[in-house]
Amino acid sequence: MQELIRETKPSASSQALVHRACELLSDGTVARVLGWKKGDLPYNPEPAFFDSAEALSSFTYDAFCGANLSKYMIEASRLEGKTLVFLKPCDTYSFNQLIKEHRVDREKAYIVGIGCTGKLSGEKIHALGIKAVEAIEGAEDGMLCEGQESASGKTRAAEEAAAAAEIVAPADPDAVLTIQTLYGEKTCAYDEVMLERCHVCKGKEHKIYDELLGQSRETKNADRFAEVERIEAMSPQERFAFFQSELSKCIRCNACRNVCPACSCRKCVFDSNKFDSSQKANVDSFEEKMFHIIRAFHVAGRCTDCGECSRVCPQGIPLHLFNRKFIKDIDTFYGEFQAGEDAETKGPLTSFTLDDAEPGIAEGR
Amino acid sequence: MYKIARENLPALYRALAAERELYLPVRKSGQVNFAAWDEGFSEEDLLFGLAALKTVKSPKDVFFPQSETLYTCKKDGRKLTIEPEALKAQDFVVFGMRACDVQGLKVLDKVFLSEPIDTFYAARREHGTIVAIGCKEPETSCFCSVFGTDCTEPAADVAAWLTDDFLYWKPLTEKGEALTGQLKQKGPFARTSEADETQVESEKAVTRRIVERLPYSQLSLDGWDGDATDEKFGDALWEELYKPCLACGTCTFVCPTCQCYDIKDYDTGHGVQRYRCWDSCMYSDFTMMAAANNRTSQMQRFRQRFMHKLVYFPANNDGMYSCVGCGRCVDKCPSSLNIVKVIKAFAAKAEAVRGGEN
Amino acid sequence: MSIEAKEEFRPKIVAFCCNWCSYAGADLAGSSRLGYPADVKIIRVPCSCRVNPMFVLRAFEKGADGVILCGCHPGDCHYSTGNYYTRRRMKLLFSMLDYIGVENGRTRVEWVSAAEGVKFSTTMNEFVAKIHSLGKNVRLEDLRCKN
Repeated sequence: MQELIRETKPSASSQALVHRACELLSDGTVARVLGWKKGDLPYNPEPAFFDSAEALSSFTYDAFCGANLSKYMIEASRLEGKTLVFLKPCDTYSFNQLIKEHRVDREKAYIVGIGCTGKLSGEKIHALGIKAVEAIEGAEDGMLCEGQESASGKTRAAEEAAAAAEIVAPADPDAVLTIQTLYGEKTCAYDEVMLERCHVCKGKEHKIYDELLGQSRETKNADRFAEVERIEAMSPQERFAFFQSELSKCIRCNACRNVCPACSCRKCVFDSNKFDSSQKANVDSFEEKMFHIIRAFHVAGRCTDCGECSRVCPQGIPLHLFNRKFIKDIDTFYGEFQAGEDAETKGPLTSFTLDDAEPGIAEGR
Repeated sequence: MYKIARENLPALYRALAAERELYLPVRKSGQVNFAAWDEGFSEEDLLFGLAALKTVKSPKDVFFPQSETLYTCKKDGRKLTIEPEALKAQDFVVFGMRACDVQGLKVLDKVFLSEPIDTFYAARREHGTIVAIGCKEPETSCFCSVFGTDCTEPAADVAAWLTDDFLYWKPLTEKGEALTGQLKQKGPFARTSEADETQVESEKAVTRRIVERLPYSQLSLDGWDGDATDEKFGDALWEELYKPCLACGTCTFVCPTCQCYDIKDYDTGHGVQRYRCWDSCMYSDFTMMAAANNRTSQMQRFRQRFMHKLVYFPANNDGMYSCVGCGRCVDKCPSSLNIVKVIKAFAAKAEAVRGGEN
Repeated sequence: MSIEAKEEFRPKIVAFCCNWCSYAGADLAGSSRLGYPADVKIIRVPCSCRVNPMFVLRAFEKGADGVILCGCHPGDCHYSTGNYYTRRRMKLLFSMLDYIGVENGRTRVEWVSAAEGVKFSTTMNEFVAKIHSLGKNVRLEDLRCKN
């Protein structure tokens, strides 16, 4: 079967995680593992559950494992036994937020916080005109794992790794991907094809975990609110034109909503057929603006800025610009707040002070 | 066959748009989609659009728009009027479709042009002329060859090929001949020489060789046909495969053949517009009936999509699959799921079972 | 738009008024014979915090030119704290509308007590004048509602 997944040597980061997962499965700590499964192309791993060491043979953790697994834990919390979940630093914010909202059960999760070296976007590689990709070199590892070969002593190795985990390696602006395509070998800078969210990374510290594995690399090289500020500086006409042109691409596929770890309502208002709100029509004039404003509003104060919405949008709409506007406003009006920083603090829209700013007063302008 | 110098392409677009509507791929806000011609499109965005192998959304919505009004009810005092929406009466050209997109329309034809005929779709098909471009440099996710489509030979009204210097133009049908006849009078058309034809053929040959080497080209559809319902429907594999699915509608909305739609009412405040819009089998209210829904889990909805494409559709349409291998879903699924992975997973399972028997 | 401008522009204003203070304030304005333009259509809500952001957007969609929310003064909410939440929500929503390019001033929140008939009347007069100067809402209207 030549079309089956080509057998490649598992990367060091995949090996390290599989090793630990097998230990936790065999000693009965966890009943299943939530991670990523090797794709059939060099850049398309998918989220997957594994329940045995054999199943884990298809496990992978590489630079394309951008999917945030927190939301899958809502389902996993209903299953018998604990689920081992691998969370990248930014995913842990989402998990905290889900605990706060009682959508996941902390007791049902065994969280292994894993390092992250910045996640890549297949779309961005494609946008560079690199197509018919056969293999990608330089993206095999999703995290840094030093001295992995000697990791035979089980728990001690894990402890050592844990102690070293929050050490963040400095950014590597020279990192390069070498891509084999049917049209010859191409190269591109790692930085250039990294997801937008990694350029404005919130930090490589895990906010919740049971243990840590691997190390991260610094990726932040842009200001999180720069884009929002750029738009704010435009005239109302320009702002309207900008959002009109971006949102008119929307196909109402709901990927942004469905992938969002904060969007966890059992029945979304936009799916409700009892009201007038489940309009599936993609109409340039209004429907999409309403959908996207309300989508962002419903997660305002709860959005951890994990960037999944922008990652999954098939039309490349920068959806984070809505969420970040709310985050920026919340920071300005009610004090700095990072959703998912912990699992207890009240969110800014579920609390108030007696002397909050009045809505009538336009800020700045 | 005729040829048009590349620098004359804008003139060709204008000639096309002069007497009819023109839809063509163009880059807008960074993404390439089909759009109605606008004098304001920049040459760069048009060139980028033409070179892009796959538009994000397939050109299906030129013939079957994502949402379209069917009729409007208006209330004026005690008088109620119902106005059906007019059918397409204006001729139009879709320029720049690909062989897989054209095959996608053949699938839609099976659905909308068989009894009872969908008049809205039929009117658009009647008035539309398709100019399709042969592919060059196919991409990782392409697998049209698996369904017997030759991406270098689009079976449209006019087949066209783009080389570094020329757009080659070859009418294949009566509609195509008629369009060519009109354009020839004012357009920059030149007859091709034998040398031209040799060049086009050699470029096609290069593309075909690359197609053979694409990662998905060897995909086998063994076991997927109209008779596979019993065998595939109850398979335990579905329970495993659907898990990462987010239940979004991306795959169905970028697909050139997905044809399910919903009919809804929009209350304008002084009347009602009844419209239809694409629906997705991934959505929880898909085929919702007054009593309840007959698919209650995401696994069932996920299974529906692939069973429909690879089993139910061929069962009702002489073996024609309703997947054309354009690979848009492969590129766009947020969870990196797709029809190829499903086919491969079933193949691997069959292989394992065979291995076990030996 | 120029044709519309020639016709006399009568703005459509939706005013969400809380049952306990502002609606009573409107009543008082009426019984005190204080005028406010007939362009203002009042929708009574139990509390200003009942107003979902979607209500505001839907109002604009269906052709409103301005939306105003009236509630009890902070501290006087019949349900103790409802209007404090309104204040935060609307602050964010209005800021978002401004961000996507909707003219500033089409939306407003005002606290009007049951005793403030005068304030209700002046607020509405001011708001209608403001919307009048801004003209028709075209950026948030659904074109489908026009025919």
